[in-house]
Amino acid sequence: MKLIRTPNIADPDAFYDSLLAAQRDLPDDQAERVLAKLVLILANHVGDRAVLAEALELARSNTVRRQPPAPA
Amino acid sequence: MLATYRYPEFPYVPSPEQRDGVVLRHPVVVIGAGPIGLTAALDCAARGIPVVVLDDNNTVSIGSRAVCHAKRPLEIWDRLGVGEAFVEQGVNWQVGRVFFKDHRVYTFDLLPEAGHKMPAMINLQQYHLEERLVAACDASPKVDLRWKHRLLSLQQADDHALLTVETPDGVFRMEAQWVIACDGANSETRRMVGAEFTGRFFQDRFLIADVVMAAGFPSERWFWFDPPFHRGQSVLLHKQCDNVWRIDFQLGWDADPDEEKKPEKVVPRIQAMLGKDVKFELEWVSVYQFACRRIDRFRHGRVLFAGDAAHQVSPFGARGANTGVQDIDNLAWKLQMVLLGEAPVSLLDSYDEERAFAADDNLAHSTRSTDFITPKSRTSRMLRDAVLELAETEAFARRLVNSGRLSTPTPYVHSSLNTPDVEAFDSPMKPGTPCADARVRIDTGSSWWLNQLDGFVLLAFGPTPQRSVRVGGVTAHVLSVGRDLVDETGDLTQRYDGRPGTVYLIRPDQHVAARWRQFDAHAIEAALMRCLGKNGSL
Repeated sequence: MKLIRTPNIADPDAFYDSLLAAQRDLPDDQAERVLAKLVLILANHVGDRAVLAEALELARSNTVRRQPPAPA
Repeated sequence: MLATYRYPEFPYVPSPEQRDGVVLRHPVVVIGAGPIGLTAALDCAARGIPVVVLDDNNTVSIGSRAVCHAKRPLEIWDRLGVGEAFVEQGVNWQVGRVFFKDHRVYTFDLLPEAGHKMPAMINLQQYHLEERLVAACDASPKVDLRWKHRLLSLQQADDHALLTVETPDGVFRMEAQWVIACDGANSETRRMVGAEFTGRFFQDRFLIADVVMAAGFPSERWFWFDPPFHRGQSVLLHKQCDNVWRIDFQLGWDADPDEEKKPEKVVPRIQAMLGKDVKFELEWVSVYQFACRRIDRFRHGRVLFAGDAAHQVSPFGARGANTGVQDIDNLAWKLQMVLLGEAPVSLLDSYDEERAFAADDNLAHSTRSTDFITPKSRTSRMLRDAVLELAETEAFARRLVNSGRLSTPTPYVHSSLNTPDVEAFDSPMKPGTPCADARVRIDTGSSWWLNQLDGFVLLAFGPTPQRSVRVGGVTAHVLSVGRDLVDETGDLTQRYDGRPGTVYLIRPDQHVAARWRQFDAHAIEAALMRCLGKNGSL
C-alpha cells in the first residue's frame, strides 16, 4: 500500500473544524498532547510500516525545507 | 561492608611456572574472573580444555551490579552444572508493573511457557553468582584460577600471545594459544591490542541504592515514570535475595555524583518513595552514567573479547551479563574445535560474526529503552507521556511503553555456519536459533531436552538409518524421539514441528545449524562441515 496523498476526507471543512475543536479549549501543553496521541492512535490504525515511513518522511521534509537557511 | 554479605577473600597461590621461571604455553588463558571470565573457564573445562584464569583482585564483584539473569544464560549455566543452584538461590519473578505519575499504567507478565526447565528471569546479586562460579571453578581439575595476577602487557605472535603478568612475587611471562579477554568495560586487554571501543554516551546519571528491608513489596519489577516522589525522573524497584531491594533513581545529567551518594541525600529519597514508616538499611550506594558501545572486532589475532570488554549497554533490559554469558556459549566450542584441529582458525571469525550481530541487536534495544526513559527533547517527552497516558486504556500503546526490553537471545539468522532451510517448517527453530527446551522421558525417568544435548547432536523424530554422522574426528550422535527419548507431553514435537522423519543438526552451543524432513547422511555431513567452517563458507 502507498500513502494516500490525494484528497480522501469527506467534508474536509467539517473535519478541520473537529480537529480544532478537539483541543481549542485546552492549555497549550494539553493541546499538544492531544495531537501527539492522535498521531499514535492513527499510526496504530494504519499499521503498515511502509506507509508510516512515507508519512513521516513527508511531514519532515515538508517542515525542514521550509526552514530559512542558517545565517552564515 | 554489607549487612547481608561478607566478601570472601581468595588466597593468592604462587604458581610453579613463575617460581621455576619456565615459560609455559597454555591452550587458553582467560583475563578477568568476573561472571563472564568464570563462565568462560567452566565452559572451556566442560569442553576438555585446560584453562588458566588471571584476576588482579582476590574477591568477587564489590557492591551489587548485575541482578537479573534471563532464561538463556540460566540454560547455559545449567549445561555447566551451576544453573539449578542459581535458580534455587535467586528470586524468581515474572510480573512487571509500570507506573506513570501517581497511577498504574499497566502490568505485564512474562508468562513463561510451561515445559521449560529454566524460569524466564531470576534476580540474584552478582557477588552470590560469582561466589558459586568460583566454587565450581575450584572444583574443576581443568581450571587453574589465579588471584592477584595482573596482566601488564600482551604481545601477539602468529600462533600464540605472550603475556607479561605481575603477582605479589614479581613479574613473569606466560604464553597462551588463545586469550579470552573478560576484563570488563574498562578492559586493559582491549587497550593493549589497540582495539576501538565506540558508541554513544548518555548524558544522564543514575543512583543505585541496594537497601535491606523485611516487609513491603511483592517479587515484581516496578518501574515508575515521573512519580510524585521523584518528579520528572524514573525509578526502578527490584527484589534480590536476602531481603535486599535494588532501587534505581534517575538523577539527570546535572546531578553531582559525590553529593548524591551521601546517605543524607539518599535516605530522604528512599523515604519519600517507601513512606516514612518503612524501616530499611542502606546496603550499597553508587552513582553511574552509562554508554552503549562495542568493540570493532571481537577477535584480534589470538585475543577474543567477551562480555563488557566487547560491548557495553545501558542497564535497562538486563543485557550486560546476560549477553556476555552467551558470548562464551558461542566461543568455547569453537575454540575446542580449533584446538583439536577439527576446524580451521577461521571458525573463530564466526564468533565475531555471530556475537557482533547479537551485540548490535542488544545495543539497539538498549538505546531505544534509554531514549524512551530519558527523552532527549521536549517533543520526545511529549510523545513519551502521550504513550504512557494512552497505555492506561489502550492495548496498542502498551506495546510502545519501553522501560527496558528484557534480555532474550538473538538468533544468528544470517550466520555463515547455518545451512538454510530448503523445506517448509511450522516452527520458529530456524537455523541459528537457540533450541527450545521441553520435558522428555529417558531411561532413568523424567528429564529435560536441553540436558540431553552434548556436543553435536542430531535430533531425529523417528528411526534413522544410522546412529551418527562423522566429519573428521567430529561425531554428531543421533538422539531419536521414540528410541532414545519419549516426548510424553508432545512439546518437543510441537516446538520443532517434528513430523516423522524430521532431523535437526544441533551445535554444541544448543543452536540449530540445519534441519531437514528426512535423514540424508550426505546433506548432514555437508552441514556439519559448514558448521565447522570447513567448506569455505567463512
